[in-house]
Amino acid sequence: MISTDLLLFFIASSLVVGGGVLVVTVKNIVYAAFALLVAMLGTAGIFLLAFADFLALVQILIYGGAVVVVILFALMLTRIEDFKGLTDNSQKPLAVLASITVLTIMMYAIVSTAMPSSKSDPVSMIDLGVNLFQDWAIPFEVASLVLLVALIGAVVLVRQDDEGR
Amino acid sequence: MNFQEILKYFVYAGLIFTVLAGIAAYLTLMERKVLAWIQQRMGPKYVGFKGILQPLADGIKLIIKEDLLPSWSDRAVYWIAPVAVLVPALLMWVAIPITEGIVLDDSDLGLFYITAISVLTVMGLVMAGWGSANKWAVMGGLRAAGQLVSYEIPFIMSILAIAMLAQSLNLTEIVNQQKTFAFILKQPLAFVIFFIAGLAELGRIPFDIHHAESEVVGGPFVEYSGAHWAVFYLAEYMNTFTVAVLTTILFLGGWVWPEMPFEGRLHDFLSILLFMFKTVSVIYLIFWIRGTYPRLRIDQLMAFGWKLLVPLSFLNVVITSVVLFYGFSHFVLSAISIFLTAVLFYMISNRSKKYDSGETVNVVSASQLRDSQR
Repeated sequence: MISTDLLLFFIASSLVVGGGVLVVTVKNIVYAAFALLVAMLGTAGIFLLAFADFLALVQILIYGGAVVVVILFALMLTRIEDFKGLTDNSQKPLAVLASITVLTIMMYAIVSTAMPSSKSDPVSMIDLGVNLFQDWAIPFEVASLVLLVALIGAVVLVRQDDEGR
Repeated sequence: MNFQEILKYFVYAGLIFTVLAGIAAYLTLMERKVLAWIQQRMGPKYVGFKGILQPLADGIKLIIKEDLLPSWSDRAVYWIAPVAVLVPALLMWVAIPITEGIVLDDSDLGLFYITAISVLTVMGLVMAGWGSANKWAVMGGLRAAGQLVSYEIPFIMSILAIAMLAQSLNLTEIVNQQKTFAFILKQPLAFVIFFIAGLAELGRIPFDIHHAESEVVGGPFVEYSGAHWAVFYLAEYMNTFTVAVLTTILFLGGWVWPEMPFEGRLHDFLSILLFMFKTVSVIYLIFWIRGTYPRLRIDQLMAFGWKLLVPLSFLNVVITSVVLFYGFSHFVLSAISIFLTAVLFYMISNRSKKYDSGETVNVVSASQLRDSQR
């Protein structure tokens, strides 16, 4: 009899893997976005099993809620007939090579790392907040700066487009 | 985890679904009665005593109605969409307490959990729009996405101010912090922003542009009929109830403010009664607004969200953190917050006056148009 944790892990990871495979194989690009959502929610499930409750919720809020919605928003406002050429797959061999290389490196890293075998405890919200905003304040600010730059960049790009009309 | 525990979760899930479905059904009756009263009509009155069984009749009618599937629709997405809307509405109730101890999971992340799950509702609406393969449905789904993503920001920022005041994300703890003063007295601005953004998240009038009948003929739900249509409305009324309960918990002092007299069981019973009274009052306010205000235009809605609510909610968080950091009295917070609320209402009325005077819309009569074409 397998334990419940293991069963839940297999459900979550099959969601991730299945969603991920569908994202790249499905021809309809909107289906790919929905499959991406499934993969994201599966990842949140894996975070939950690893006692990272906060990270799981962030995963749902940011990726499940915001990112996929924005992707869908963009997809539905464009005409899919215009992008038939995207699924020609002329670069398939290169893509396969790149994926296998990344997979090999990841597998090597995972296998060669000594994993802590004891069951870890959930991190309290307060510990997380103190660590993030006191000990790791500067990396945190740098990350938000990157986002700010991206935001300003997006605004600038859209404005230029608007004036050139 | 043994078999009994797994069974327990199934029982809980069934219980949540049954209770919420019942509440949602009776909210429809309440809405119809309130609207009828506002518009000087009788409302439903034939089924049962004074129409008390009307929701049952509606339910039976919707279930036996033919379920139509447009031949050009995207079948899988079309059928999954109602479920994708309903499931988040139910999932939120895992972390919502009704009174001290009556909650499925009294998690330290409760408030954050609710905000995270509530975002997923959008996906269902977008899926419904896409699956119907109907231009109004797609536009309605896109409008829903745009609106919900915009109003999510003030919604979360106003919650953040409350979390800072309470120093906790646990909903029971937040309620217990309000024993002396409910948070509406310390944070009226956050309350107003939360309530407006909540209405927008629900997509209720005056923010119902995603299923505005005169513009997108029912939005994402236009192709749905029968039981599947009912599921969307079930979810909508469940969410209305959830927002009302959250308003009560976060701002109106839940079951502790004002403290009920007596001890023991009687005290607990009165507390739950107080909680329910506050919730029903908030729901009544939502219905009252629906009966009173016209629908906003989409550009007004976006401008209101981004130019007014977002800056004010950020300002509110900054003010709250300054007051808390320097340890000022909470009366300072109340004073600033009341002032800013007054500013918000002044700007709302000013804007509506501007629109009333016809500065944006140029009304041209038919005879003028004829003259100009000659």
